[in-house]
Amino acid sequence: MVNMADYKTLTIGDRVITAGNSEQFKTGDWRSLTPVLSIGKCINCLTCWIYCPDSCVIVENEKMTGFKLSHCKGCGICAESCPKDAIAMTEERA
Amino acid sequence: MRGHSDIAINGDSAVALAWKQIDPDVCAAYPITPQTIIVEKFAEYVADGEVTTEFVCVESEHSALTLCITSASAGARTFTATASQGLAYMWEMLPIASSMRVPIIMAVANRAVSGPININNDHGDVMSARDCGWITLFAENVQQAYDMSIVAPRIAEHHGVQLPCLVNLDGFILTHATERMSPIDDSVVRKFVGEHKPLYPLLDVKHPVSHNLMDGPLFYFPHKYQMVEAMDRALEVSRDIFAEFAKISGREYKLVEEYRCEDADAIAIVLGSSFGTMKEAVDQLRNEGHKVGVAMPRLYRPWPIADLAKVMKDKKAVIVMDRHLSVGSYGPMFPEVVAAAIENDKVPKMYNYIYGLGGADTMVSDFKKVFTEPHSGKAKRVNYLGVVR
Repeated sequence: MVNMADYKTLTIGDRVITAGNSEQFKTGDWRSLTPVLSIGKCINCLTCWIYCPDSCVIVENEKMTGFKLSHCKGCGICAESCPKDAIAMTEERA
Repeated sequence: MRGHSDIAINGDSAVALAWKQIDPDVCAAYPITPQTIIVEKFAEYVADGEVTTEFVCVESEHSALTLCITSASAGARTFTATASQGLAYMWEMLPIASSMRVPIIMAVANRAVSGPININNDHGDVMSARDCGWITLFAENVQQAYDMSIVAPRIAEHHGVQLPCLVNLDGFILTHATERMSPIDDSVVRKFVGEHKPLYPLLDVKHPVSHNLMDGPLFYFPHKYQMVEAMDRALEVSRDIFAEFAKISGREYKLVEEYRCEDADAIAIVLGSSFGTMKEAVDQLRNEGHKVGVAMPRLYRPWPIADLAKVMKDKKAVIVMDRHLSVGSYGPMFPEVVAAAIENDKVPKMYNYIYGLGGADTMVSDFKKVFTEPHSGKAKRVNYLGVVR
């Protein structure tokens, strides 16, 4: 049996009574493909950062450094949009 | 408490009068026979400025209930009314209203569901909505249709309950028949119903909230279970509200209404206006020497199991009267009464009578048969009163 949420801790009517908490919903846990960056090929054009629908591309000092996998659904848009084929989509391993 | 202030009024107008006195924030409804007078009458009150209600003319019952759900989510006290096909058209939204825990009040002028097309009374509409998580109240007469309309928001809006509520009155028999009724003073009703205090309303802009989100398997069942507990609490809350209502009206309601049940050998269980007809049948049979009685569950949801078990204790026979038919099974109430009966060590003989479908007139003499037939061994487990076979 799965571990269901404790009903006593839930707000009634499936209401979320605080704002700005969608970040806490980890959408990355049902990913089947993971983006892997080949850092040598990357020219930091940040096209992937613009296209990523889940804001998972990490940019530090205007440089692409990797992915925030907690929210990455593995859609592959970053790999598809990369002009230098610097991103490969690889099978998730359990 | 019958007095000089009594009025002659039909059931629909009595519901509209209760609504006028309550003065809800929002009302959205689509007219359908035999509910129409409620909406027409209430629209008049709105047009005449006798209420402050925002009255919304919608294009269908589906839209009516959808509007009610959003308006109640926003924090408004919200009322609607329908019947038969209208309730059927609302069906998709019924469990959404209850799972969103919005205390909408809906009057249902009970009418047969098509087909064959029929506009007369039976309980096919409300019984087909019974699993949708709404509190379900029944009225025996016009007075009770009015009274239940006043207690309904108190039960539904209780912070331990927060569930929508159906107030049932039999189509035509109550909706269109004029009866004598004692209204309560406007100010007393307003004070009794009180201010609506919604929980986490959408329009509380200082506390932003989200309603009706997607629930995965880890959350859906727990949220449903919360409704189970809320319904359980609604029983005790109803008992308390009925006691409080007795103080302002002199009319005392119970979770299960009893008539001459105490020393009876056989009792009938019945819903709605038939309770009155059945009382007359009981009186006549008592005069003929039969120890019989009749009971009516005031609430169908939550189902008052303990109180029903108590009224059936030590009875020799229980006859369950269903004004609806689940084709291929029993009447809808029969299995539920049997389930309540097994709470007792000794289970009485139990019979089911389906009666009055599509407005088939059922007279006192018909109701007397439901006691005499089982007694003389002529009754089957399920019987179809008046059907020529």
